[in-house]
Amino acid sequence: MTDHNVSEDEFQEELKLSFWYRYIFSVDHKTIAKQYLFLGLTMAVVGGFLAYLMRSQLAWPGKPVFGWPVNEGYIDSPHYNALVTMHGTIMVFFVAMPILIGAFGNFLIPLMIGAPDMAFPRLNMMSFWTMFLATLVMIASFFVPGGAASAGWTGYVPLSADPIYTGVNWGLNFWILGLALEFVSVLMGGVNFLTTAITMRAPGMTLFRLPLMIWMQLSAAILFMLSVGPTIAAAVLLLLDRIVGTGFYDPGQGGDPLLWQHLFWFFGHPEVYVILLPAFGILLEILPVFSRKPIFAYHIIIYSTIIAGFLSFFVWAHHMFVSGMDPRLSLPFSITTILISVPFAIIIFAMIITLWRGSLHFSTAMLFTLGTLTTFILGGVTGIFNGSPAVDIYIHDTYFVVAHFHYTLFPSSIFATFAGIYFWFPKMFGRMMDETLGKIHFWMSFIFFNLTFLPMFALGMGGHMRRIADLSRYDFLKPLQPTHQFITVAAIVMGIGQIPFIVNFFRSLFAGELAEYNPWRANTLEWVTISPPPHGNFETIPTVYHGPYDYSLPEIEEDWLPQNQPIEESLLSTLKGKV
Amino acid sequence: MLFDKWFPDNISTFGGEIDSTFYLIFYIVGFWFLLTEGAIIYFAFRYRRRKGYQASHLRGETLKQTAWILIPGLIVFLLDLGIDFAGGHAYNKVKFDKPPSDTKVQVMAKQFDWIYTYPGPDKEFGTEDDMKLEPGDKNHGLHVPINRVVTVILQSEDVIHSFFVPVLRLKQDIIPGREIPVWFEATKEGNYEIACAELCGFSHHTMRSILFVHSEDGYTKWEEKQRLADEAF
Repeated sequence: MTDHNVSEDEFQEELKLSFWYRYIFSVDHKTIAKQYLFLGLTMAVVGGFLAYLMRSQLAWPGKPVFGWPVNEGYIDSPHYNALVTMHGTIMVFFVAMPILIGAFGNFLIPLMIGAPDMAFPRLNMMSFWTMFLATLVMIASFFVPGGAASAGWTGYVPLSADPIYTGVNWGLNFWILGLALEFVSVLMGGVNFLTTAITMRAPGMTLFRLPLMIWMQLSAAILFMLSVGPTIAAAVLLLLDRIVGTGFYDPGQGGDPLLWQHLFWFFGHPEVYVILLPAFGILLEILPVFSRKPIFAYHIIIYSTIIAGFLSFFVWAHHMFVSGMDPRLSLPFSITTILISVPFAIIIFAMIITLWRGSLHFSTAMLFTLGTLTTFILGGVTGIFNGSPAVDIYIHDTYFVVAHFHYTLFPSSIFATFAGIYFWFPKMFGRMMDETLGKIHFWMSFIFFNLTFLPMFALGMGGHMRRIADLSRYDFLKPLQPTHQFITVAAIVMGIGQIPFIVNFFRSLFAGELAEYNPWRANTLEWVTISPPPHGNFETIPTVYHGPYDYSLPEIEEDWLPQNQPIEESLLSTLKGKV
Repeated sequence: MLFDKWFPDNISTFGGEIDSTFYLIFYIVGFWFLLTEGAIIYFAFRYRRRKGYQASHLRGETLKQTAWILIPGLIVFLLDLGIDFAGGHAYNKVKFDKPPSDTKVQVMAKQFDWIYTYPGPDKEFGTEDDMKLEPGDKNHGLHVPINRVVTVILQSEDVIHSFFVPVLRLKQDIIPGREIPVWFEATKEGNYEIACAELCGFSHHTMRSILFVHSEDGYTKWEEKQRLADEAF
């Protein structure tokens, strides 16, 4: 199977495929990746629109909001709660995961390992259409009587377990079903990713010659597969409570509301690393190319990732310090939480040292990479505040937490995505994006992202609770109203700053400068083939001779060395185990 | 201190330790933040590509090179442990070293308000002189005397709520089906706001209540007045 490659005849056959089999029900991993990308980017617009609606209500409570189609523009609090819930749900499950895993994972894994496609192309296609169906179910939940789910993306019980508490009936049932379908899609993808990377690597592609993106995607797939089970169970119990009237979460029937929290967060915490690791993978691929230097400490990064992944299963109750669980649990969970910061700190340090003594080229991809790194660092350090049970007593469920997770999730799911798009667009679509528009896009996004979320730390320190539809009820929150207005204006400008990207993306798609096979002079295997790669990816499967980050070897004239380029015998001894 | 303007007043005996843990964390992570961001900005300028300058092939595979990330990693670990211990001390004070208290109040949270039950002068619940303050009652809220350890027993009628008093640095989620006790000692007279801090439904944002901290005399007077009002009713 490893040397399966499409012959010229078959390739010509492929050209005669109907529109349906070529673009809609394609089994080619690259087309499927693009489907995931378009789906994720569309849902990002939806998720962003929901945020705009929320922010408008917060800044100018009780005033009609432009673009809100019901109730003459007034966003009442049941709707506000639905907006909060669906914004979080959509961003995590229908933007971050389809793009980082579905798009980048699918596109890059076969190409980077030197394989013609995924191990299970039809399963791959099915995983996308399952994600598509899940998305439709989520969108449908807005339009059923009672509206969309409104118990938070965390869906705590009993609020979500009985329609009587929220007034939402089928909307919440659809929310559960949509999530379940999304989980199935990602599980199908995970099976494919692991099988492909383990069995279909090109000759010479040993595990420690794999690009770090592959290590990150595989770790994320394993994390997801091992952690999602309890949450699926929790969802089934929730559905039964809601529809059949069981009492798993109802104390009146002997149930326990905390059960949901444990089952949810056992998955919920590894889930944030499922999102983060592919994002790190993007950064780890772009940094060496635009520093013309190897990634610093390749092996340590891999070991740190494995350790962090392992630890991530033992930190979940740091989301529950204030929940009413036995307070004696707070100590062990705060220790594990503190421990997990160490491998991530090491990975961040390694990324920073990669820049040291490099030759830095600030392409748009590199700008977004550095933008991701700098904002993520603030998100990471503010996690320490939340991880201390004493401080968490005060900041739990305040805007401090909201600021913290936006400073981690936003860089990883949005900025890293942009970095990856600007970097791999030439390979994906065969054309170059415009760098000037890219730089405008970067600075608008970076500056206004920080103006939007930095003030939220101050709001949280002032005691401002989360998920408050209208803060005018509280005297101590009234002075914070101008801050909300500032944040909303910044957020709207950040949204406007996405227009250069949309224009750039579509214009480049149809009229961008044609891309050569390796515009960035990068070493990894995807750059060996033409842009975009044909069905089957490589004319002949490449053979790999060394690792992916051999940039600026002083013994070689070029400052790069593609993985499939053999090294001269005489040079090999000089390099002595370096490569 | 640095963030005095942003934090609400602290009128709680254990609030100071919570705040100082916050500051400890701030100074430690602030150091790492400045170090890492400073390095990135400095490297971005210092190593921007220029004619004639070649990048160095540094792999970070030898111990001499990886020490640059492993030793900082170790320092992060040790500082984090320090944070855990300092914070643990504050946390123990709140959760485990509960001082003896004979002033108790039952707080029942429900969608979307609070019900306060006071045991009255006999300090026993379920007796004649119990007083209940329900939504709409005059001076509805949590009445406590200054400088006295108060135990609040939290219950919920329906969904998860959360009892949050910013000036006390006190927060506790309330689970239906359980009784969760919390304690505090207020150090300043006045009226302060109580908020619900766990999404509990469409009117979550209206679950505001008041903490009344009375002087010793004021508290006795209020208790007397309230008992009479209850009896009359």
